[in-house]
Amino acid sequence: MSAIQATGGATGDGHNLVVIPERRARESQVASGAEGTRIVVAYGFWIFLISDIILFAAFFATYAVLADSTAGGPTGRNLFDIRNVAIETACLLSSSLFCGLAAIGARFANARLFHASMVATFALGLAFLSLEAREFSHLIAQGDGPSRSGFLSAFFALIGCHGLHVTAGLLWLLTMMAQVVAKGFRQDVLRRLLCFSLFWHTLDIIWVALFSLVYLVGVAP
Amino acid sequence: MWGKLSWAVIPLDQPLILVASTIVAVAIVSVLGWVIARGHLPYLWKEWLTSVDHKRIGVMYVVLALVMLLRGFSDALLMRSQQALAYNAPGYLTPEHYNQIFSAHGTMMIFFVAMPFVIGLMNFVVPLQLGVRDVAFPVLNSVGFWLTATGALLVNISLIVGEFARTGWLPYPPLSELAYSPGVGVDYYLWALQISGIGTLLAGINLVTTVLKVRAPGMNYLRMPMFCWTTLASSLLMVAAFPILTATFAMLLLDRYLGFHFFTNEGGGNVMMFMNLIWAWGHPEVYILILPAFGVFSEVLSTFSGKPLFGYKSMVAATMSICLLSFMVWLHHFFTMGAGADVNAVFGVATMVIAVPTGVKVFNWLFTMYGGRIVFATPTLWAIGFMVTFVVGGMTGVLLAVPPADFVLHNSLFLVAHFHNVIIGGVLFGAFAGYTYWFPKAFGFRLHEGLGKAAFWFWISGFYVAFMPLYWLGLMGMTRRLQHYDVAAWRPWLLVAAGGAVLIFIGIILQIAQLVVSIRQREILRDSTGDPWNGRSLEWATASPPPGFNFAVLPTVGHEEPYWRGKQGPRSQAATEAEPVYLDIEMPRNSPVGFICAFFATAMGFGLVWHIWWLVGIAFFCAYATFVVLAWRDHHEDIIPAALVARLDRANRQARSMAAARL
Repeated sequence: MSAIQATGGATGDGHNLVVIPERRARESQVASGAEGTRIVVAYGFWIFLISDIILFAAFFATYAVLADSTAGGPTGRNLFDIRNVAIETACLLSSSLFCGLAAIGARFANARLFHASMVATFALGLAFLSLEAREFSHLIAQGDGPSRSGFLSAFFALIGCHGLHVTAGLLWLLTMMAQVVAKGFRQDVLRRLLCFSLFWHTLDIIWVALFSLVYLVGVAP
Repeated sequence: MWGKLSWAVIPLDQPLILVASTIVAVAIVSVLGWVIARGHLPYLWKEWLTSVDHKRIGVMYVVLALVMLLRGFSDALLMRSQQALAYNAPGYLTPEHYNQIFSAHGTMMIFFVAMPFVIGLMNFVVPLQLGVRDVAFPVLNSVGFWLTATGALLVNISLIVGEFARTGWLPYPPLSELAYSPGVGVDYYLWALQISGIGTLLAGINLVTTVLKVRAPGMNYLRMPMFCWTTLASSLLMVAAFPILTATFAMLLLDRYLGFHFFTNEGGGNVMMFMNLIWAWGHPEVYILILPAFGVFSEVLSTFSGKPLFGYKSMVAATMSICLLSFMVWLHHFFTMGAGADVNAVFGVATMVIAVPTGVKVFNWLFTMYGGRIVFATPTLWAIGFMVTFVVGGMTGVLLAVPPADFVLHNSLFLVAHFHNVIIGGVLFGAFAGYTYWFPKAFGFRLHEGLGKAAFWFWISGFYVAFMPLYWLGLMGMTRRLQHYDVAAWRPWLLVAAGGAVLIFIGIILQIAQLVVSIRQREILRDSTGDPWNGRSLEWATASPPPGFNFAVLPTVGHEEPYWRGKQGPRSQAATEAEPVYLDIEMPRNSPVGFICAFFATAMGFGLVWHIWWLVGIAFFCAYATFVVLAWRDHHEDIIPAALVARLDRANRQARSMAAARL
């Protein structure tokens, strides 16, 4: 994903690129140079995140419609183990702390801090996923899988969609660690790391909504 | 091993399908054979298939749309002829086959004709109009195109391997659920559109970022050409609406593959939730299609009237309010759900409100033409034809927005006539206007005017002959999607409608002839200056076809119509303006990622449709590996040396000053 800069024609022999501003009007709103690319990439990724949040909004809306369609089956109050969910939440939220530390490590090109924090992020993310998998398999084993009722379909799809995002995030995380080992903290690697951390934090925000609207409301008397 | 796939899925008992797919296969093989025999394959691969140039990708989108238009239109001919014959008779298409045809027709025309056509035009034009070298994310752009092509390919594979959906262009449950559609048709539909939907989302993200973040120096928001504004509005809608489609189809897939109960009749599913979700995407979708067409007409009418666009700022406001309002009217697609009088009234009024900004636009176009020196070139004809036709379609839309009237007309041919009226008369006419208008920019020669005008007249008269009877039939109570009927009074109108389809067919043949003749006569139609229409916006300031880097030196914008303003000085000044300092230009390097990724996406989609899980796994892994390889490359850019830039630019400057001298 290389971004185009509107201003700033580059010149050089391919090894040592020097950015020379072309005719630039005073009212130019366009960023230039490496900093400009970073802004354009992050901006585009924000737009993607908005679209992803809309995807979740559709699943949330569906859950809201189907929350009471239990087809004579169990409700959230019968099923949700709030303690398990609290531990999941703690894992995911603290993984974001380490993700932030990894961003600091990348920014100061501190490989040790970066890798340690990424490993911690990964471990906590994996813990979150295994807890979620345990919850899912437990529900399915006792006959309360997604085929049981509209409510459980919406529940599994909404939580599962988030879980899939976390899985994709973990895959991305490992890829980024490998890339830092192979390529170092290059500009394009740093841009991808920026996108990764935006993604990871967004998953957190979505989880907060899931936790509150699905689990807390679900067990409320 | 092969899931549900076996030799039995190939419809050997249906000669029509066999003949059609044989023709398609022969066409593909002969085109490929010609390319290989003439040694064009390396050129095709290097310059087109792996290109990340927004212009090349734009052209490929439009080519995809034109090819799919032929497929979609042949479905239309089948339907019109079936209904012309099937009075008190079975006709020549079985119900099974007929249902697949109307489903495929709608799916093709919306997702693989209208969408790629408008996205292609936006891709080609917007960076040129913004005065920049490419879109924000060129490689992503290529990936987006190839995923769209994947979707189109999967739908076409369904012609011969298996079957297509019989559910209509939107797979309404419970019909589309496993219990009532156990075949692979709906799965083909869903996976094809999931994959191409990702492509559309990427295109939307790319275009939004481009318009908002990558513009020439001095190009303020209110200095952007109208087409850039409509592109922004349309792409914002893609970003906001397509995720809803993805989610909805994901739910239907979960129902079908894993026994979920989102839209089933039993187990607490809710069928009407599908209608709500799909139209929360579907209504914005019609504006995703029509807004770029509005942009094209704004450019065309202003250029060929020799006047700036009338009411530019009100046009911007109208565009953005349509963008917003488009999300507030989805329920008018199913007033008959029975949401109650109050809800229906709110959505009915909201729908009528959209007519206001649209009306603003129509008046702005009229006043743009008023007092202008109108050149009746082919794009102008499409634009005028659009204004007349679209106003009719808009008014029947307002009529359908009245809930009591809708209760009578719901799912009748009146509705079919209405949306063809706005989609053919709006989107397609806009796409054709843009195709004719920007063709010389893309290829350096104009399209043949005489054949273009003839095609226009056949299209517009064919449209009226084909669809006005459908309004009448709708009022007479004929519902849509009938394979046969026994009402004598309908017959004459259906015969007339079939005649209209033939007129449109002649129009399409004339368009093909126009393309062939124009290519053969390209030296006569050549435009060496890059400004064949006396244009006003920046795309006309560079050569035709533009060099890969678009502009030798990025333009500095100080006005709404920078290029036009530049031409207004002393005649010699524009062309002989002091030569700029040429610098090396850095351009994104070509990448086969999009093409390779599409290959694996096709394999994955096919595996998912037929439950061939190992294929899905391998294809997914390979697609991921492709991206990792992309991420690992060390050189993202090629340097175009200043000497080459100077040579190309000087040639264009010389052509322009020679043209100026001839005046």
